[in-house]
Amino acid sequence: MKPLLIKEGRVIDPSRKFDGQADILISEGKIQAVEKNLKPSPETEVIDAAGLIVMPGLIDMHVHLRDPGYEYKEDIFSGARAAAAGGFTAVAAMANTDPVSDDPSVIGYIHDRAARAAVRVYPLGALTKGLEGKELAELGRMKQAGAVGFSDDGKPVVNGTIMRNALLYASGIDTLVIAHEEDSHLASGGMMHEGPVSSVLGLRGIPSAAEETMLARDLMLLKLTGGRLHIAHVSTAGSVDLLRRAKGEGLAVTAEVTPHHLLLTDRAVKNSGYHTNTKVNPPLRSEHDRQSLWEGLLDGTIDAIASDHAPHHADDKDVEFDFAPFGIAGLEITLPLMLDEFTSGRIKKLTLPLLVEKMSTSPATILGIAGGSLRPGSPADITIADLAQSLTVNPEAWHSKSGNTPFAGRRLAGAPVYTIVSGMVVMKEGVLTE
Amino acid sequence: MQTLRRKDILGLEEMSAEEITLILETARSMREIMQRKIKKVPTLRGRSVLNLFYEPSTRTKASFELAQKYMSADSVSVAGTSSSLVKGETLKDTVRNVEVMGIECVIMRHPASGSSHYLAHNVEASVINAGDGMHEHPTQGLLDMFTILDKKGRLEELKVAIVGDIRHSRVARSNLWGMQKMGAEVVVAGPPTLMPPDLTAFGVKAFPNVEEAVENADVVMALRLQKERQEGGLFPSLREYSELYGLTPQRISGAKEDVLIMHPGPMNRGVEISSELADGPRSIILEQVTSGVAVRMALLYLLLGGTKEE
Repeated sequence: MKPLLIKEGRVIDPSRKFDGQADILISEGKIQAVEKNLKPSPETEVIDAAGLIVMPGLIDMHVHLRDPGYEYKEDIFSGARAAAAGGFTAVAAMANTDPVSDDPSVIGYIHDRAARAAVRVYPLGALTKGLEGKELAELGRMKQAGAVGFSDDGKPVVNGTIMRNALLYASGIDTLVIAHEEDSHLASGGMMHEGPVSSVLGLRGIPSAAEETMLARDLMLLKLTGGRLHIAHVSTAGSVDLLRRAKGEGLAVTAEVTPHHLLLTDRAVKNSGYHTNTKVNPPLRSEHDRQSLWEGLLDGTIDAIASDHAPHHADDKDVEFDFAPFGIAGLEITLPLMLDEFTSGRIKKLTLPLLVEKMSTSPATILGIAGGSLRPGSPADITIADLAQSLTVNPEAWHSKSGNTPFAGRRLAGAPVYTIVSGMVVMKEGVLTE
Repeated sequence: MQTLRRKDILGLEEMSAEEITLILETARSMREIMQRKIKKVPTLRGRSVLNLFYEPSTRTKASFELAQKYMSADSVSVAGTSSSLVKGETLKDTVRNVEVMGIECVIMRHPASGSSHYLAHNVEASVINAGDGMHEHPTQGLLDMFTILDKKGRLEELKVAIVGDIRHSRVARSNLWGMQKMGAEVVVAGPPTLMPPDLTAFGVKAFPNVEEAVENADVVMALRLQKERQEGGLFPSLREYSELYGLTPQRISGAKEDVLIMHPGPMNRGVEISSELADGPRSIILEQVTSGVAVRMALLYLLLGGTKEE
């Protein structure tokens, strides 16, 4: 592998609080130096990054790659290509596959396939066997097989005792529990956020309290057990308040938010005429919730941005709203959506270092994986973006097998131009190298 | 006569007072046809209509079918099987298959809210929503307004109290939009568990107490308690519901002397309304059904843009 030199980009590395022009020299799959005016040797390949943003490789800590079991929606390879195209160098794949990733053999299967995928794919294991919320899955053995965290995502852990034991057990093997907070009784039959819009549309609602009561329970349990808890896809103002208070008390809790919850509200369901691509769980909430999520992201209550990439085949979504599955596919546009928020200036306090922290440094820290830093010696996982480039969201052209996005047709300012994994360019100007 | 400048009738929320007025005026001429000895005009000869009912219906289906016959349209009625069944044909495929046989208008009733929007996006034919889940039932709203108009001569400044299971009611939603657009004051009443979670968008007041809501009302409309849509635990028993919320002459004694009693049917007698009231002199429940045919004739005429041959 030839050495690679990234010249004169604006380098943003939240792990070292660095934001300035620098060159990055890469060889042997690792970052060798980050300095000004590095000189290439004759065999060095040079990327001219003048005017571009150079950041540690982005990590999407919450994706559904549907493999094994639902390969017609997505598989590990197509999902990894979508990630590369979207500027992600690593993703963490949720366990609601078929068979469920609740066993070292399934983790091993994902791990083996991941070795041949375009970006790093980290398996997350199920917290309970079969995602049934009844018995703990073999967390320790799955961890040995490569699982970087555990979650029944897609479903809540209904039984408080099981959750308590899961947190306590996980603390003993120093691993992360990721919670999908939803009281399944309160959410039962719900299709969208409960409020004035659901009342008009005649769709059963999922009240904010369905998320908040469960989150409150788990925060109380965490006090009891110790250990590390990460909250998936936070969607309500009340959840942000609960998290802020818990962090204030010093609880080891972290949280993520999705781009669609940051950018859309329940009005999207109405404005799209019940389009099933607006059907997602947790549902798109109110404008007040959306504002609170931004506040939480900006003040550090929310640690990470994750896509919750939930690909569904067009046929599955092309039905009546009640019958469509929940989920939005987002790997390919998460970064452009966030860069567009920055370039548009809509969110006054939003900065690029903050975005990089939420999309790279924090996810790496939370999952305890390599990356999230441009410190010499780190793996050479790097994302380069161009704020001057704009794109129109066109799911037809995606690398993902699915195109279920409510953002189709949106014009966005800011796009990834290079994705580099272990010093190898896997995406250059929108084109994948394999 | 003018025609409606829209392909579909999906709800009254998106309809203007002018459009509603046009439909109600057209319905009046249609009723004249119904009063003739030979109730048939050639207006829609050669036009074809599909009645697609994924939920049981007596009144709405019969009245659409009669409206089609009186207007000389060719129609076919299909009882759909719920597309929630994985192996079943999708709604889209069902209708596209019928559409290529030459159908120009689809009347659909469906248990899922928004299904008529979905259909309208996917077919060229006009779609008339005959009730979609808990969303809207616009033709019922129109026929209710037509009936009130017929009796009172106006909708402006009338006080209408809608009582009962508002939460699950598409009839209530259509009436809330339509009647307010036409200038009526609408209030709703019933147990809080049977109210939609948030009424702010409708701009109506909700009363937990029926007596208070019907005070000085010109119209009191009872809604069917939709047993099939109850998610459980919304009220303790039919007995208690009937005692606390059922409409009886005593309970509505605070309404105006000449109050009109309405019910979209089918009635649970002795639950949401007493027989005494339903069959009493102030009841216009059967007139509602007659209006239904006239209003549906008007909609078919306005949508299919019948050439005037009469």
